Amino acid sequence: MEHRKERIDRGIKARTEDIYALFSYREMLYLLVPRAIPILVLFAVTLVVGVYWQKVLISTAVFALLALSWDLLTAAGMVSLGQALFFGVGAYLTGILNHYFKLSPLFTIPIATLGGGVVCTLLLLPVLRLRGIYFAMVTLALPLMLVRIIEATKIFGGTEGLSGLSGLPSTRFELYLSIIAVLAVLFFFRRLINTDYGLVLRGIRDNDRSVMRSGINIYWYKAQALFMASAVGAFAGALMTHVYMFVGMPVFEMDYSILPIASAVVGGMGTFAGPMLGAFILVPLSEALRGVGGLRIVIYGLFLVIFTVALPEGIFHYFQRKYHQFERWVKVEK
Amino acid sequence: MKVGTTRNREEVPFLKVTNLTKQFGGVRAVDTVSFDLNKGEILGVIGPNGSGKTTLVNLITGFVKPDAGKVFYQGKDITGMMPHRIADLGIARAFQMVKPFYQLPAFKNLIIPLFSPRVKRLAGGKYGDRDAIAIDLLEEVGFERDSFVPFKMASVLPHGYLKRMELALCLALRPELIILDELFSGLSMAEVASMLPIIEKLMSENLTIIMIEHRLRELFRISNRVIVLNYGKKIAEGLPKEVMESEEVKKAYLGSETE
Ligand SMILES: Nc1ncnc2c1ncn2[C@@H]1O[C@H](COP(=O)(O)OP(=O)(O)OP(=O)(O)O)[C@@H](O)[C@H]1O
Ligand SMILES: [Mg+2]
Repeated sequence: MEHRKERIDRGIKARTEDIYALFSYREMLYLLVPRAIPILVLFAVTLVVGVYWQKVLISTAVFALLALSWDLLTAAGMVSLGQALFFGVGAYLTGILNHYFKLSPLFTIPIATLGGGVVCTLLLLPVLRLRGIYFAMVTLALPLMLVRIIEATKIFGGTEGLSGLSGLPSTRFELYLSIIAVLAVLFFFRRLINTDYGLVLRGIRDNDRSVMRSGINIYWYKAQALFMASAVGAFAGALMTHVYMFVGMPVFEMDYSILPIASAVVGGMGTFAGPMLGAFILVPLSEALRGVGGLRIVIYGLFLVIFTVALPEGIFHYFQRKYHQFERWVKVEK
Repeated sequence: MKVGTTRNREEVPFLKVTNLTKQFGGVRAVDTVSFDLNKGEILGVIGPNGSGKTTLVNLITGFVKPDAGKVFYQGKDITGMMPHRIADLGIARAFQMVKPFYQLPAFKNLIIPLFSPRVKRLAGGKYGDRDAIAIDLLEEVGFERDSFVPFKMASVLPHGYLKRMELALCLALRPELIILDELFSGLSMAEVASMLPIIEKLMSENLTIIMIEHRLRELFRISNRVIVLNYGKKIAEGLPKEVMESEEVKKAYLGSETE
């Protein structure tokens, strides 16, 4: 007599993303627990940590927003290597409105969010026809070009940037605003991608010519996805600007492009929850490693490699799969 | 005035292709091809490999822009329009190389055309229960309704089902003209036999069809008229029987077979 581990998937119903009638508390809990626990833990953490880690959490949420934005673009077949573009445009817009027009953050943040969406969409409109790596190269180049333009023309404070901008009421306010934004975007994107509208976006990634022959204008859909993604990125930039009370050329830095992608890869692309989870692992980790000194980047890089090699599907996919399976030992006749 | 418009409608062919030409590098893939197509007609297009059949379809459906020539659809010049605009006018095409959405379940594939502005317009602004319509459409092209097949990922479906789905993707658009680019290629005799009645049913619904096919026997059974391409040129046109008796056609086919 030997033992073998048997693995069983739970019923389809429990695993679907659609809303359906819930028949028992058990089913409700089954769905609620994995959603509620992380949120509760997150809020619990915000209550106990000091100001320093509150700031880290804000910056984590900002990267999570960029990662969510990246994941939406990817879902619609657009690979972005330039999340810094969205971040930077939002940051500069809010800075300009606050510095030159003296608008309060109450107005600058929403205007920069929508305006950033519009500006970035218009900037990328001419290259919406490009696919895959060609589109990616343009997104990579744009933020780098904008930095040089600001440097060369000395507009918006040039290399100095704009300082002395309005701050937000308190660190706690910043923290909750950013976390609520992340959760709202997460919820919205996860919903959206499972609607028929989202199906068209996924269809474009799968086979854009087949979407065209279906009488659907793929450029219109891509532009809309781009607007949503860049507005989310611009919001992140605008928020961060008021947190730092400063905007300058660093907002176009590669960090804002690369870290969201790393978060998505580590966390699990295509799920939105994955990239968010990835950001909540990588950003605090990077902070925690500050104490290590010179070897920080090496350890960080090692961590990334181990994660991607051990769980190539992403952490979220892994946990999701495990959660939906029972495992038990069964006897096997030899 | 009223008389004028009705007469006009009778005179304008459903689809009119004039002197369509496309050159790829040194190759004239399609070379001054002209033909007319009437409503309800089934036009067969044959020709050896590489004779420009698929390119002709790409030119009509807007996926490739012609170097010269015009395409008129119901009297409207559609030359060089974007593919989705042409599809919106009611021209659906099945690709020779199947293009399903591999990462979606079979029935969800059909949601995409069912979600198009055209379908919404034709349904009077409402879409209806798209999932149910999708399953009905799949059944129409031969998916077994009471099985798991419509719910399987397109990526795991066998070739035969993907070919059927190409047809369903066209039908979902509620088209007036369907262009089928080698719908039967890679199918077994039995599969073709089971698909023929589906095409015949579409014929009885007065749908206009352009059918590209290498299987001449099946094609001749359903088409009213056939045109023959060779090296991008139209070398013959007429009833299936007439066309096969033309010396030039025999030469083109024999030539390609001895290669
Ligand atoms: N996008 C393209 N770029 C370059 N050459 C092309 C392109 N598309 C087609 N051709 C060339 O045009 C010619 C006609 O090709 P086409 O695919 O239209 O032939 P076909 O009649 O559909 O052939 P088959 O029976 O094999 O499907 C071929 O010589 C082909 O190599
Ligand atoms: Mg072909």
